[in-house]
Amino acid sequence: MFKNLLPHKILTLTNSLIKNLLSIMILIISLALLFALFFSPPDYIQGDSVRIMYVHVPSSFISLGLFSIIGIISILNLTLKIKFIPLIAKSLAPIGFAFTLISIVTGSLWGKPTWGIWWVWDARLTSMLILLLFYCLYILVWKIVRNYEKANKISSIIGILGLLNLPVIRYSVDWWNTLHQPSSITLTSAPTIHYTMIIPLVIMLIGLLIYSLIVFLMRYKIELIKLKLKKRNIK
Amino acid sequence: MLGKKAKPRILFLTISLLISSLIIFLILKSLEENVVYFFSPSEIYNKTNISLDKKIRVGGLVKENSLLKEDTSIKFIITDLKNEIIVSYEGLLPNLFSEGKGVIAQGKLKDKKYFIADTILAKHDENYMPPEVSKALKKTNN
Repeated sequence: MFKNLLPHKILTLTNSLIKNLLSIMILIISLALLFALFFSPPDYIQGDSVRIMYVHVPSSFISLGLFSIIGIISILNLTLKIKFIPLIAKSLAPIGFAFTLISIVTGSLWGKPTWGIWWVWDARLTSMLILLLFYCLYILVWKIVRNYEKANKISSIIGILGLLNLPVIRYSVDWWNTLHQPSSITLTSAPTIHYTMIIPLVIMLIGLLIYSLIVFLMRYKIELIKLKLKKRNIK
Repeated sequence: MLGKKAKPRILFLTISLLISSLIIFLILKSLEENVVYFFSPSEIYNKTNISLDKKIRVGGLVKENSLLKEDTSIKFIITDLKNEIIVSYEGLLPNLFSEGKGVIAQGKLKDKKYFIADTILAKHDENYMPPEVSKALKKTNN
């Protein structure tokens, strides 16, 4: 799979692939919305506000997933120094930032009717806000630092430090008392969400993952083209 | 496969990663009192240095049949099934507040068994299901 991310493969990527992905995405997200808004039942306590979860959970999942990729790439980048891999992380960061923001906003919209409050400083919510700040820092370094080598190094260090925050987010609800509930879906035990509610969740996750892939491919291609132009100018 | 220069970089990075995780662990450990969002009745019961003027949060389940309502003044018991704390509160309860469900009260302790709350938050658990399933589950449990 990694071979497909090599620059020459991406640069020959045709727009028709992206268009095809786009139509698949629209189809899947419409299906997910149908399930989320109409076919799935209300919750026995929360009522209809459970439907916020179908956006909240996939967004949180993707925001954590993307930052773990950024962190791993940062490690590879500092050790192996392969020219194009920091551009993968650079292209992923704005997507992750957007999903973190969506996760926090939808969570707070859910929190008001459920908990009775928009925001609390418990371990889960706070560590999620820290993730948002890490995304901000990562993006800002690429924007502010003019020297490419310097920006590359600093952003990688930020990526690695942010990686350490991820297990804190994931296990915050198990390690400490938090207002946020523990995970309903884990690798080790049966999910505590009824299957009628897992269906929209999974479809939405697939839809949003395809969305992330599309935006990533477009950004990554532009970054590679920019790199090529820069090289040509230096020559 | 790895270049000669890569090895010291990997070593350096591994060591700095280990050290920074250790630092984060120690910081979180020392801040534990602040990181936990609420205390359970048992934790309060076992605490020795408890301050009555400081605002704290107590969390647990609302004990079944413990809710007393008089106009806007409300009393109920928070339990963790080992210890209990009586909570008195004036104001509106969140919609999801109900007996047998999770709750977090914010306020001050009068003593180890009595808590005066100024804010009540409902805590939701990790279970999600349609109402029919919940009804069916209750039937089989009874």
